[in-house]
Amino acid sequence: MGAGRLGVPMERHGRAADTYASAGEPAPEGPDGRRRELLRRRASSASEPPVGSSASASAEGIRRNRPGSYSGAPSASRQRVESLRKKRQLFPWFGLDIGGTLVKLVYFEPKDITAEEEEEEVESLKSIRKYLTSNVAYGSTGIRDVHLELKDLTLCGRKGNLHFIRFPTHDMPAFIQMGRDKNFSSLHTVFCATGGGAYKFEQDFLTIGDLQLCKLDELDCLIKGILYIDSVGFNGRSQCYYFENPADAEKCQKLPFDLKNPYPLLLVNIGSGVSILAVYSKDNYKRVTGTSLGGGTFFGLCCLLTGCSTFEEALEMASRGDSTKVDKLVRDIYGGDYERFGLPGWAVASSFGNMISKEKREAVSKEDLARATLITITNNIGSIARMCALNEGYFGAVGALLELLKIP
Amino acid sequence: MAECGASGSGSSGDSLDKSITLPPDEIFRNLENAKRFAIDIGGSLTKLAYYSTVQHKVARVRSFESSGRDTEQDHEPPYEISVQEEVTARLHFVKFENTYIEACLDFIKDHLVNTETKVIQATGGGAYKFKDLIEEKLRLKVDKEDVMTCLIKGCNFVLRNIPHEAFAYQKDSDPEFRFQTNHPDIFPYLLVNIGSGVSIVKVETEDRFEWVGGSSIGGGTFWGLGALLTKTKKFDELLHLASKGQHTSVDMLVQDVYGGAHQTLGLSGDLIASSFGKSAAADKEFSKEDMAKSLLHMISNDIGQLACLYAKLHCLDRVYFGGFFIRGHPVTMRTITYSINFFSKGEVQALFLRHEGYLGAIGAFLKGAEQDNPNQYSWGENYAGSSGLMSSSPELCPTQRFDLLEMDRLERPLANLPLLLDPSSYVPDTVDLTDDALARKYWLTCFEEALDGVVKRAVASQPGSVDAAERAEKFRQKYWRKLQTLRHQPFAYGTLTVRSLLDTREHCLNEFNFPDPYSKVKQKENGVALKCFPRVIRCLDALGWEERQLALVKGLLAGNVFDWGAKAVSDVLESDPQFGFEEAKSKLQDNSGIDVILGVFPFVRELLSRGTEVILACNSGPALNDVTYCESLIVAERIAAMDPVVHSALKEERLLLMQTGSSSPCLDLSRLDKGLAVLVRERGADLVVIEGMGRAVHTNYYAALRCESLKLAVIKNSWLAERLGGRLFSVIFKYEVPAE
Repeated sequence: MGAGRLGVPMERHGRAADTYASAGEPAPEGPDGRRRELLRRRASSASEPPVGSSASASAEGIRRNRPGSYSGAPSASRQRVESLRKKRQLFPWFGLDIGGTLVKLVYFEPKDITAEEEEEEVESLKSIRKYLTSNVAYGSTGIRDVHLELKDLTLCGRKGNLHFIRFPTHDMPAFIQMGRDKNFSSLHTVFCATGGGAYKFEQDFLTIGDLQLCKLDELDCLIKGILYIDSVGFNGRSQCYYFENPADAEKCQKLPFDLKNPYPLLLVNIGSGVSILAVYSKDNYKRVTGTSLGGGTFFGLCCLLTGCSTFEEALEMASRGDSTKVDKLVRDIYGGDYERFGLPGWAVASSFGNMISKEKREAVSKEDLARATLITITNNIGSIARMCALNEGYFGAVGALLELLKIP
Repeated sequence: MAECGASGSGSSGDSLDKSITLPPDEIFRNLENAKRFAIDIGGSLTKLAYYSTVQHKVARVRSFESSGRDTEQDHEPPYEISVQEEVTARLHFVKFENTYIEACLDFIKDHLVNTETKVIQATGGGAYKFKDLIEEKLRLKVDKEDVMTCLIKGCNFVLRNIPHEAFAYQKDSDPEFRFQTNHPDIFPYLLVNIGSGVSIVKVETEDRFEWVGGSSIGGGTFWGLGALLTKTKKFDELLHLASKGQHTSVDMLVQDVYGGAHQTLGLSGDLIASSFGKSAAADKEFSKEDMAKSLLHMISNDIGQLACLYAKLHCLDRVYFGGFFIRGHPVTMRTITYSINFFSKGEVQALFLRHEGYLGAIGAFLKGAEQDNPNQYSWGENYAGSSGLMSSSPELCPTQRFDLLEMDRLERPLANLPLLLDPSSYVPDTVDLTDDALARKYWLTCFEEALDGVVKRAVASQPGSVDAAERAEKFRQKYWRKLQTLRHQPFAYGTLTVRSLLDTREHCLNEFNFPDPYSKVKQKENGVALKCFPRVIRCLDALGWEERQLALVKGLLAGNVFDWGAKAVSDVLESDPQFGFEEAKSKLQDNSGIDVILGVFPFVRELLSRGTEVILACNSGPALNDVTYCESLIVAERIAAMDPVVHSALKEERLLLMQTGSSSPCLDLSRLDKGLAVLVRERGADLVVIEGMGRAVHTNYYAALRCESLKLAVIKNSWLAERLGGRLFSVIFKYEVPAE
């Protein structure tokens, strides 16, 4: 099973709002509406003019960072604050996905901070911004994927860069401790988190970090995230791509894929495990199935087989190995193609099948093993995804056409 | 026990076990008449198939020449019996470890008398490796056959010919095997063969199948990856490790990802989120057992998932699993079944085959025998000559190194009774002894206790034979062993039933040339009964209609009381002279004669008189003291000579004598003689009368038919009577009208 939702609806927005409200947030309207607004706007914020000027809006935002600023009597100013609050959340803007193996942290770094804002920015907020943006590694395991950074993004009326940071889930306690040390709770920001860890670590966030998580359904988030990322593009290029002639090393090339009319689509989310979703529209989807053979399996087996310690190392080894020494190919069994079933000789007949022989076990390198592990897992995911697509009917029509063409 | 392969030929293969002894009587049986060989050499096991003929003694009945004989004389038997030799065809399959291959080939070479055979069909991965050895030893040309074609041919063959071939595996039931009723139409189905890799084949007809998909994650992955992870080299040892391990220390579970929240979210925390997900820690050590278990789960789940996806895509709900990954291993059957249930939500059933290991050899054999068209025949599993399921499983029987399967070619093809309401759900047997431990214990003991009597009867039936006692003793040992096997492995031959216990006994008796221990008894009884027939008819005809009907039914039931081993009956007759059936008691001492001549024929005659056409079906072969088809022909002829009603009915074909195709005291309506089935359909039969404890209580008690039916018997067993909620000698008279 993938680590994603297992066919059972997870907590929905309504419930998340309840828990949030009970934590004593003074806002008259729960965060639910706000967040929904935020999410609704995500795709169109670039073209849609924000309420009021960018500068004044942010000024209001900053002001709200200060606790106690609500305490005045109801006024026109207060009302304006409230209306703006509905549109925008306080800085810092984080999104957190706590998976089985990795924590993915997305951080929006505002680049349009005015001098006034900067002056009023609380110290802890500033230090977070500086810490995250000036480093590419955090502690011994946190990594900022600089190559993924989305620059000059307009998000909810603010211009800035979107940073992608990850660290292993087993360092989550240290992260929460850091939040406590840096006094995150004083920022009164909303920590929107998804993934199984949002549940697993919820209590730790609250008791250790004094932080109330806003838990979000991970499949909802996944689909929203994909559609958003695709809508903003990748620094001017398409986010979605595919490989043409994948089986031919020379002709194989990476080409952009237009997601203009994406539905229906099959979404295969490969985390530690794999979740497969059929998406019919932006808010209509179902989890089709999943498999436990995912990224965690690749990494876990590589650790056992090669003694590697990082995912990168495992991938790097795999890139240098030769899986055909490890796997038993069709040609190893039949001497060539198995024509009866139309199987080419180079196809893998048995993953790790050659490893039943002592001589062959002694002849393979760690790189070969890493490569074979990668091929095993990826082929399997591909195979299951294809079957799901067929069963969901996307390719059914194509299959029917092919049947028609078979008829003489 | 003959020593075999013990003479070291010096340079031959080093891995061969030189010291093995082959008990030839038990293993390569009937080799002297063997022809047409096929061999399937897998990674560790070799399966050899051959066709042979078996000489049986059979008791034949023949009418005396009527010229000049006065059959009314008291001392004359109604017909003569002669013991004749009959030759029947049998398929032999032997499975053994590859290490014995050379010893076995030597043995075959030494015992092979018939040298007409020039070719041996070979399949399996090892066919290449051992080609030269086979050609050298047997001097037969090796013809290689496609592995998958053989597998499917073999699969079709066992599904068609062996009842209870397929079973589902249920973890929490005892025993864990749930045998399936053979579906009248075996197609279409999905065959998932888990060898080194996985092949998924959709089989649509005998000759049409399609490789629809596969996966490289199969048995070779378990073995290869398992060897790397645990340094354990043998497949069986890996499975053994896996059976002791805990996968939760290696796999990342849903609860590891969600913490305790999985409960409030309604998720099962035990589901695997990521196989080997916890092993992504360089400094941690994992036990071999745990890694092997995690690997087993990973592979089984993956195969199960793919199998479900393919089954769904092709709209198939029957999925058979085979290949060395499955072969008799409860661990893999359990994990595959779990996976299929999980992924299909119960819509697809994982099925396994009792003779899965033989499919390739059977298929290769059938390929080679195509000119004989073996598929035109019906075949039956010979319980006497076949090892049961799991016989070679190391846990259950460490010494047994050879596994056998024998299939008898039936003289006539079999078919479903066309009147079965739902042939696909028809279950002949009333009580499943595999399931019902109490009943199993009772019946096994009952058959054990009756064994002495059967042995005595067998010896007595062949007074002129010098070796009858010796053969009878061999029979006793063989059947006793079968009963002991069944005590420990009730699932060994499919669902254990009273019928299978009776059939096994018949097979064992035949094995030692006791084809019909009751033939003489029946002959005598029939003679006496025939003499009573006219008087019985006169009495009946004198009665009014209603009284007559009652008397006829009493007659049917009375005959039924005098059955095999019904000790209770004679006890009662001895002690209580008032106990009904006075006529029976005063005139006759045993069964058969009463049953058919004084019970069935008067009833048949009544039906004929009122214009009903009757098909009277009797057993094809002998079973206990049941009348056989051949005997019924003679009896009918004799009755016709006395009775004009029967005479004209026979002449006008309003009374038709047929054979059931069975040689059992019980009756499987899904395996009836095809001629009978055709006739039933042609004549539009609208009433089925099933009589006797074996046919109407042990079997068919719950059989649902499309027409009216009457099942009648006297319960002659106090235990069974109590079970059914009645008393000893209670009458079963079950008249059923199908629901509109």
